[in-house]
Formats: sequence, structure tokens, C-alpha cells
Amino acid sequence: MTAIDDPGSEATGEERAAETPIPDEVAELDAAVATAAAERKQIRAERRRLLLRTPGFVLGVVIAGFWVICAIVPGLLAPYGANEAVRVDGSVIARQGPSADAWFGTDTIGNDVFSRVIFGARSVLITAPTAAALATIAGTMLGLVMGYYRGWADEILGRIIEALLSIPVILLGIMTLVVFGNSRIVIILTVATLFTPVVTRTVRSAVQAEAQLDYVTSAKLRGESGPFIMLREILPNVTGVIVVEFTVRVGYAIFTIATLAFLGLAADDFTTPDWGNDISNTYNLIQSNNQWWPSIFPALAIASLVIAVNLIADSLDKVRSS
Amino acid sequence: MTDTVAPADTAALEVDDLHLSYVVRGIPRAVLRGVSFSIAPGEAYGLVGESGCGKSTTAYAAVRYLPGNASIDGGRILVDGEDVIEMPYRRLQEIRSSHASMVYQDPVQAMNPALKIGRQIAECYRILGHAKAEAGDLALESLRRVHIADASSVMDRYPHQLSGGMLQRVVIAMALVGDPRLLILDEPTTGLDATVEAEVLDLVRELRTTTNAAILLIAHNLGVIRTMCDRVGVMYAGKVVEEGDAQRVFDSPEHPYTVGLLNAIPRQGLRKTDRPLFTIPGTLPQIGAELPTCVYVDRCPIADDLCRTEVPPVVSLGEQQWARCHHVEQTEQIDVPTSGIDARELDDEPVVELTGLSKTFRQRGTDIPALVGVDLGIAEGETVGLVGESGSGKSTLAKTLLGIHEPDEGGEITLDGREVRANATDRVTDSIRAMQMVFQNPDSALNRMWSVRRILRRSVTKLTDLRGEAADRRVEEIAVAMRLSPRHLDMRPRQLSGGLKQRVAIARAFAGDPRLVVCDEPTSALDVSVQAAILNLLANLQAEDRTSYLFISHDIGVVRYLADRIAVMYVGRLVELAPTDELFSGPVHPYTEALMSAVPSVDGSVRDRIPLTGEIPSPADPPPGCVFHTRCHRFIPGTCDVIEPPTIQITPRHSMACHLPVEELGRAPS
Repeated sequence: MTAIDDPGSEATGEERAAETPIPDEVAELDAAVATAAAERKQIRAERRRLLLRTPGFVLGVVIAGFWVICAIVPGLLAPYGANEAVRVDGSVIARQGPSADAWFGTDTIGNDVFSRVIFGARSVLITAPTAAALATIAGTMLGLVMGYYRGWADEILGRIIEALLSIPVILLGIMTLVVFGNSRIVIILTVATLFTPVVTRTVRSAVQAEAQLDYVTSAKLRGESGPFIMLREILPNVTGVIVVEFTVRVGYAIFTIATLAFLGLAADDFTTPDWGNDISNTYNLIQSNNQWWPSIFPALAIASLVIAVNLIADSLDKVRSS
Repeated sequence: MTDTVAPADTAALEVDDLHLSYVVRGIPRAVLRGVSFSIAPGEAYGLVGESGCGKSTTAYAAVRYLPGNASIDGGRILVDGEDVIEMPYRRLQEIRSSHASMVYQDPVQAMNPALKIGRQIAECYRILGHAKAEAGDLALESLRRVHIADASSVMDRYPHQLSGGMLQRVVIAMALVGDPRLLILDEPTTGLDATVEAEVLDLVRELRTTTNAAILLIAHNLGVIRTMCDRVGVMYAGKVVEEGDAQRVFDSPEHPYTVGLLNAIPRQGLRKTDRPLFTIPGTLPQIGAELPTCVYVDRCPIADDLCRTEVPPVVSLGEQQWARCHHVEQTEQIDVPTSGIDARELDDEPVVELTGLSKTFRQRGTDIPALVGVDLGIAEGETVGLVGESGSGKSTLAKTLLGIHEPDEGGEITLDGREVRANATDRVTDSIRAMQMVFQNPDSALNRMWSVRRILRRSVTKLTDLRGEAADRRVEEIAVAMRLSPRHLDMRPRQLSGGLKQRVAIARAFAGDPRLVVCDEPTSALDVSVQAAILNLLANLQAEDRTSYLFISHDIGVVRYLADRIAVMYVGRLVELAPTDELFSGPVHPYTEALMSAVPSVDGSVRDRIPLTGEIPSPADPPPGCVFHTRCHRFIPGTCDVIEPPTIQITPRHSMACHLPVEELGRAPS
């Protein structure tokens, strides 16, 4: 389609300034520059508008936003405390199905499932983004080095990454948690380590494509150092890819952490509200006692958050590449 | 090329007052503003003009193949007398498959990379209703028709296994499947080497006589249009401003835009010492701009109040030539710049000297000698033009010189007599500052996330000792020297046009007063009027600063204009080095001879083309003896294919590597 005189391309139209400026024409040129600056702002505003007009993005932000509020001020929405038994007429009602007193029912010791779901948002919203952020930072650094230098550094790191990627995520997670214990820090570091290779691979290929461009050659020709070229020249050009990759990883991190918790590897403290933990502690009640509510509601919470984050990631990716 | 065409009743293509706009951000913006022309059966019609003037849109509109945001606002398009705009889609498909077919600019994108060539062509025949086996036979036959070497093996190959020239032949073969009465060629040779271009054009010429199809040829290369077309239309801002017999329009242009275009091209052996190139001030109006009177009025050197108030009439100039202009009688008076830069005697002492420079790439265990024993010295203030087909090692030479590639052991690069390190990053500051580069594609050469100011300031601080305010001042100085407005400094590359981007790239290269600047096809991505401005700029900078250039280009006219000496490369070897005058007058290497004869001339001077058949040999497996003997028209069996030719000195500054005696080279080939 290159031959069609570029009707929609960004570089045509007003944002182009005048060709062959001759000093006498400066006034005319200023006008062109002013339009160009206005155009730039307009494009940014348009991107934002495009994003806000995407139903998926809006829905994702609304759902994720709800959980963030829950994580920050759970007391605002939860009728009970995380470990407060529901009492009707002074007596604890345990193993009770959804009712007006407890919307999502109560668990074996009488805690309100609804309140626990609200309180449980905090734990996952701390661990998952932190783990994803660490993985993104490490992956970006590795990806820059591998994609820019290539050669033996790429060769060696590439093998290590391939090796890591070939081990099933859960298996590796179980092994590290068993060896190092299951504090929150260990969980974050474990998930970050698990995700670093994937981020590295994405960033590496983006960096590799950038490193082929002549501006990198030009930087070498004026004697720039490797770190300068990687961090100042290339990095700004791959941030879009990195932001999208980070968002995608947050979604997967929620999933992975919940899975590890479900397997009983995340915490040994039953009182801390945590979606994965709660499912892990109550799912056997579905079969034995036909009590589905203490496990299904946290599961739905996980699903909604993962879907919300993925919707955001998808929309960001689409707007970035449009 | 002007076979007279018998006038027939229905034109192969008739475009009548076509108005078309693209809807951008909800607003329709006019692209075509009343295009009218018609092509008689069997006639070849060319459309020329700068990019963005609507040539391609016109071509695509002819078969109603337009993007979703295009809307036809008025006018008619008739293919063989049938209205393309009104016809139902089913009929349109029939028209596309059997009446009007198209050849696109990039043959690589026009082919499906996952299917074999044979299958893709056979598919065209299947659509026309042929049985499978028959379609296969016809496909093979169609490949023979476009003279593809070894057609039956090409059938079983994938697009990536063919060269650009061969692929374009395949695309042409596919376009001819339905025996079209109209063949639309949109920049069919733009990405190809001059030698391959000449062959493809020969093919189109031959097919035209055998099939008697009418041709609509879109090209920005005026030489191509001149050698191929009977009539030509010059387009500007969505309007045909001048039309007529191709020879006449190019020899005596009457519209100021045509005059401007033709004067912007370095032609008729023009040199930088003769005069600067003509540049057209201002820019092409943006799509959707209000152009109530003459479309060219803002850039026209002879425009007056009449031009601003009244729509120019179509002025007939006899013999079917006409122009839309109020003042056709004044176009003779358009000033052409006169004084060129002063010719200066060049030193014999080179600034940069390469001795025995070789570069061998290693790929999967095999050695690929991309550069073999190159000796070259460049004097202060001298421009050495570097020419050769793609794959001849021009860019490798430039990049090895600059230290982007590390040369093989034994070669030497000296700067002012002192040897410099192989790798750019190992070089001392002075050597880094002394050698800079201007790249072919300014989009790739400028960091898109950096502002122009940051790009220039970084180069100033790295390449000079200036810091702080002094550096800021220097940034503004060089911007002005490149005719960039200070206001451009705060823009991002994306906001600048191609010509302005290339100015920024040149400014960056000149930030630290370099001794040598390597220009790798700096104007090949630009329109001719922009190219003219850039070439003038380079010539002036050199005259002021005595900077040396190594100027790589595939455009012989451009090299001739700018270069003091020309070096010709073939398969990684320097086969000839001569002062520009001598190269164009004296006896030359057979390869140079063939290369120069392949260029389509806009001057219409007829030259006997020396065919350069086959492909350039792979440097991994160079032919024995003289590397050129496999394609040489003066090949001496028993000598050229056995013994490597010595480098002979024809005049003190003209050397070449050839076995033939000089007297023989001066004569026309038998």
C-alpha cells in the first residue's frame, strides 16, 4: 500500500514543516512550526481519546480500579473484618450459604466470604505488580545487553534463558518455595525470576531491530559508549513494547501467585485474607459438603482481575501499534 | 519509441475530471483535483511528478482499488469505454482480471512468500477458468514470455529465492495472464539497479509491441518516462498541469513546474563547477489544501496577481501539447542559477588513504570476501564518487573505512599520514571527529525519540570541545548553515519532511568540522527538487570547509555532478578510478561502459546500450581471472578467465584493471 499517497500516515499533512527554508521565509515557517507543535499535542490527545473509546480498556480500568480501591481501603466496602465472624442474634453463623446477612455466605469458622474477598485484594495487588515490575526491569536490562551486543553475551545468556523456559513454571516455583520458605518476599522473587526470561526475549528482539538502524551506527561513529547507546538511544524507542509486556506480566503474575497459593505454597497463616489461600483451604468443601461459596467467589475475583489486566494490556498494545 | 498509434474510437483508459479525497480524521481532504487524460489503445502514457502529487492514487483509481477512506467526489473513469466507478463489483473483478492489470512498485511485497512461483501464476489462470494441468503449462509459458532464465526451475522456487529483477519479471508475467488491454506500471523499476532496470524496461517495450497493450507508467525518474512513453502528463497537487508528446515536453517544457523539475536534475553532463542545481522553493501543498486558482502559484517564480485570482486556462501549444498556465510565453525567462562553485586544484597528498583494504565476512563457516585489496586516496576538498551495482561492495567499503566493520589483517587506513585503528570505538578522539557519515535513509538515521536540538547538541559535545552555552550556540550555527530554522530544533524527526530530516543528518555529520564525510546514497530517498537542494548544500559546504567526500550513489548523473573522481566497484574490487571528465570522455573499463549505458537519459541522447546480462556474481564464489569476465562484452577467452588483470595506468590519475589494450577500449564494441 506504499504507493497510495499515504492518506492516513502521521508524517503527511500538517505536521510536516516547510521544505527549503530560506531566512526570508521565517514568518511562514513559524506558522508551520506552530501547527506542527499543535499537531503533536493533538496526536497525543487523540491516542488518549482512542484509548478511552475502546470499551475493553474502559471495562478493564473499571474492574481493576475497583480492586485497587478494595486493596487500599477495604473497610470502605467490607461489612465485616477479614477475621470477624458473622453473628446473627449473637451467635456465629458458620457454613452458611449466601444470604442477606452474608452476601457471599460464610466459611467453616463463620467469616464473611464477601469481606474476605474484599480484604484479599491487597495481598495479590502487592505481590503481582511488584513481581512483574522486577521481572520487567531485569528483563529489560538483559534484553538490552543481549540485543545490542549480540555475540557471546547473547549466546550464553540465550542458552540460560532457554534452559529456564524449558522448566515448567509451577515445578520451578514449587522447588524454590520449598527450598527458601514461603514468605511474601520469596514469592515475589520467585515469580520475578520465572518471568524474567520471557520479558528478556521480548525486549531483546525489539532492541535487536532498533540496533540495526542507522542512528545506532551514527552514535558509534561519534564514539558513544555501549551503556549510553543502550539506555539513552535505544531504550526510549522500546518503552512502548516494555509497558505492554509489563501489563501482560501483571496478569500472568496474579495467576501464578494464585496458583502457588492454591497449591498451599504461599502462606501458612490462615488468617491473612488471600484469594488463592482461601480457595486452597475451602475447595474440598465443594465436594464433601456441597459448600461452593467460600471457594467460587475468590476464584471469580481472580478471574475478573486477570481479565481486567489483560483487557488493558490488549488495548495498550493496539493503540501503540496503530 | 514513438510508434504511431492508429486512433481508435474507445480509449484504453479515459480519466475525465476526476476528483478524489481521503477522509483523514473525519475531514475529507482533496487529493485529486480534476485529473483528465486518456490513453489510446496501444499507447504508452507516462505520469510524472513529485511524491504526494497523486500519481499512484490516479493509477489505483483506474482499477478502483482504493483504501477505505477514499471517496470519489466526481468525474469518470472509463476502461475500454466502461465506467469503472459505477460498475458492479463482479464486473469490476472481470475488468481487473482481463482488461486492466497492474504491476506494483515492490515485487517482493506483490508476491506471496509462502507459495511457489509456479503455483501463484497458475492461480491467475485458474481464476480465468483453465483446468489445473493446463494452468500449470500456461504459467510456464508465461514465464518464458518474460524471458526468465531457466523458467521451469523458477516455477518450483519461492519468491525469496529470486532476485528483485527476476521477481519483477514474474509480476509482469502475472499481469499479462489475462491479455490485458491496459497495463498499469507503478514505479516498476524504482528499487532496482540501473542495469536491471534497463532489462525490465526492455522487456516492457518488447511486450508492448507483441501484445499491443496500452501502458500507464508511473515513475519519478524522468529518464525512464522519456525512454518508454509516447505521451507524458506532468502532475502537480492532484492536477495534470502539462501534457504532450514525451520528447517535446522534456525538450521544450512550458509549464513552470515542468521547467523546475527538469532544471533540478543534474543532466547534460552538468558539474558542480558549472552552476548550482535549480531548486523549487516551498513545498507541495498538503492534501486537502485550498487551491482555488493555479495549483502551483505558491512556488512559481513567474506568478503574478493574475495567477492568484484566476484559474489558469489550458493553453494549447500545438501538436497536442498543452499547459495550464497564464504565462506560458514567459517560462523561457525563468532564471537558472549561473555561477557554480570555483574549481580548485586538488592536492596530491591524500587526507585519507586506504591501502590493500580487504574485508572478509564469515558466514556459517564460509568466507565471503566482500572487499578485496582496495587502494584509494582522497585529497582535501575532493569528492570521490563510488558507483557499482548493489552487491558490489560500496557500502562495505564505506563502513570498513569508518570502522563499523573491522578490516582484515594487512590492510591500512591512514588519516593525514597516520594510521588509524580498525574499530571506530577504539579510535582516538581526533580520528573519530575527522570521519563522519550521512546515511541513505534519514528516518533510520535519526533517533525518533530525540528532538533535533538534542541530536545536534550531542554531536557537538562529542565531536568538539565546546560545552555549555558555547555548544548551544554552535548547534544554532550549524542549523542555520544547513538552512534549518532555529524553530526546527525543538521538533522531533517525525515532524519534519524527508529533505529537512536529511539536513539534520548532514548537520550532525558536520558538527565537528570533519575532514571526510561518507555520503551513502544521501539523496536516493528524496524527490528531485529536494535532491537538488541537498546536492547544492553539500557542494557549498565542501567549498567553504574543504571537506572531502566519499559519495556513494547509483545515480550516475548525481555522481557526475558532484564528484571530482569516480571509483567503480565490482564484486568487492575497485575496477576503475578516474577523474570525472575522463570517465565520461575517454576509454573506460568495460564494466563502467556497460553501467553508464544502462542509465535511461532524460536528455534523449540515444546511446547503444551494452547489455549486462545475468546477475552480479556472489563474492563468496568469485569467477576466476577477471571477476567481470562472465558478463563482459569484450571478453578474451583464455586470458580474462584465467589471469587476474593488472591495474594499468591510462593517464596519471586514471587507472583500471583490465587486460584489453587501451586503444581497443576506446572503440565501439564489436
